[in-house]
Amino acid sequence: MEADLSLQDRKDLDKFIKFFALKTVQVIVQARLGEKICTRSSSSPTGSDWFNLAIKDIPEVTHEAKKALSGQLPGIGRSMCVEISLKTSEGDSMELETWCLEVNEKCDRDIKVSYTVYNRLSLLLKSLLAITRVTPAYKLSRKQGHDYVILYRIYFGEVQLAVLGEGFQTVRVGVVGTPIGTITLSCAYRTNLAFMSTRQFERAAPIMGIIVDHFVDRPFVTVGPMHPCTYRTPAGDEVLEYPGVEDSQEVCTTSFSTSPPSQIVNQGKDGGVPLGPVQLLHGTPADHGKISTCNTADTTQHVPATPSSSGEETEAMTRSNETKSSSPTNALEATFIRKVGALVNKPTTQVTTASLDLPFAAFAPKNFDLEENDIMLHPNDSPPPESPLQGSLHSDGSSGSSGQTQDDFVMVDFKPAFSKDDLLPMDLGTFYREFQNPPQLSSLSVDVSAQSMAEDLDSLPEKLALYEKNIDEFDAFVDTLQ
Amino acid sequence: MNCRSQVLEVSVEGRQVDEAMLALLHTILLHRSTGKFHYKKEGTYSIGTVGIQDIDCDFIDFTFVRLSSDELDRAIRKAVGEFKDALRSSGNDGAGQISLEFYQKKKSRWPFSDECIPWEVWSIKVNVVNLANEQERQICREKVGEKLGEKVINIVEVINRHEYLPKMPTQSEVDNVFDTSLKDVQPYLYKISFQITDSLGTSVSTTMRRLIKDTLAL
Repeated sequence: MEADLSLQDRKDLDKFIKFFALKTVQVIVQARLGEKICTRSSSSPTGSDWFNLAIKDIPEVTHEAKKALSGQLPGIGRSMCVEISLKTSEGDSMELETWCLEVNEKCDRDIKVSYTVYNRLSLLLKSLLAITRVTPAYKLSRKQGHDYVILYRIYFGEVQLAVLGEGFQTVRVGVVGTPIGTITLSCAYRTNLAFMSTRQFERAAPIMGIIVDHFVDRPFVTVGPMHPCTYRTPAGDEVLEYPGVEDSQEVCTTSFSTSPPSQIVNQGKDGGVPLGPVQLLHGTPADHGKISTCNTADTTQHVPATPSSSGEETEAMTRSNETKSSSPTNALEATFIRKVGALVNKPTTQVTTASLDLPFAAFAPKNFDLEENDIMLHPNDSPPPESPLQGSLHSDGSSGSSGQTQDDFVMVDFKPAFSKDDLLPMDLGTFYREFQNPPQLSSLSVDVSAQSMAEDLDSLPEKLALYEKNIDEFDAFVDTLQ
Repeated sequence: MNCRSQVLEVSVEGRQVDEAMLALLHTILLHRSTGKFHYKKEGTYSIGTVGIQDIDCDFIDFTFVRLSSDELDRAIRKAVGEFKDALRSSGNDGAGQISLEFYQKKKSRWPFSDECIPWEVWSIKVNVVNLANEQERQICREKVGEKLGEKVINIVEVINRHEYLPKMPTQSEVDNVFDTSLKDVQPYLYKISFQITDSLGTSVSTTMRRLIKDTLAL
């Protein structure tokens, strides 16, 4: 099968696949930076713009991609994947989508490598540009900032889609047949964003007055192989030297022939590597003057909350912080206000927050220690109320105070139905309770038995006379209504 | 040769017509344009680089990618503007169709004019809806954004079937295949036309053929 492929064609094909993979990663990560992309068209080819598309190379991303590939190429059984995930300021993270570059065994032996395959790969990159703006993660990435950031991870090998949860959708970007296999580019994206309540994407006030990020030292430091989709200049003397275009053979072919057999004129082989992109790849990546881009927003730094970059020591710290802080933050997240109901005459017990290392422990919601006392979880012998309304329906005379001594009715952990676990859940609960115990209407509080029918009838003529006297007023009032 | 035809349908509010049409037409042209050709000796040519740009819509929750070419953008906006004006003047519940046709020119001997042979036609059917209040408009913003996303996926799917494309021309033939008048990009020869359907659903009134380029001028 490969004997039909000339050595030159094979070399070209490998080069195309390699640079296609690198450009794919660039397009995906840049589409999740949270900024609008703008690059300039250039009518004169420079030999540095692969696939005739002006896609700039962020050195960090190229470095990560090359590290993941480790000198290999995407091939049959060896897929290159870019995983995009979201991480909140509280440390929760969720994988949003996985882009897969795969190669299968279906070969197209007749296709011209240097021309058709190249042009089709260019088309596929354009399709990728279009599709990256259409998946749900795009909108999330445009709004990233204080509450959450978008991270990326590149890996090589088997595709892992289980992280996307149930019901994930797949969209195929496109396919290109080559003599050694068919290249497929697709995206699987999560549809189930259930555990992320909407409030986490809006500016939310801290719960209960506690500053939530108190427990998380550096919410934005990357953990493990995840990288932020941000674009920072290396700080200070930490100038990261990324290997640029190594040899002159890596320059893309931009010349084609109109006459068969196609003769490829490789630009740059004699002339050497153009200076522009090589300069870009060393030192400050923010120096965009060298590559023709028109995006002034390139230099906008998406500075995360922490100034440090992902060094190893910060990773270790974050891991330990996360394990330590996970329980209090989880407790805060999952808590609901356990107010003892108005009908309960049990003393509020063990408000121990000693297990929590909270600085303002007195203000913390009294939560998980009460679990063993939670009657909802451990039902006792006395039947719990069918509905809290039962209490109020039996009320007579007194207003909704704790005058109702009903020891059997213990309203603990009152969580109103349909209330979201939002900022102030007690609002709905408070309203509900007040609604159940309204003050009695004054007219109903009159003792009915004291009044007889006869007395009612006797008072009628007086009332009628009064109304007749004021008949003009009533008529005038009716007129105003018409 | 058969001309393949694709139809896309969208329902939008009046003020969303411009952006919806721009989004879809630019997405198609992104795929049907190349960099400028530079022919050299010995029958070889090189291709220029095309830049890309993100465009946020104001009235739709949507962002699309177009080529970085102001000339091309102006030409498309002009055509879309005329379509929108025609829709507006046709009445409240406007419906119409805008078509983007890619064609090849076939030179004929004098006195016959050149033949235009279409090889791909994209038709976008538009249905204009009227909304009563702001809440409905907000929902419409999101819904139309999602719909446009689906249409972009449809477009990409068709493009990546890699069906017929005109052969790369020699230098003398390039104007029969590509529009070489723009200075930074080179789309395949195209023309945009539209027609308005009246409320009865029949395509009466005017079928206006608007040539964006003077490709047929003789």
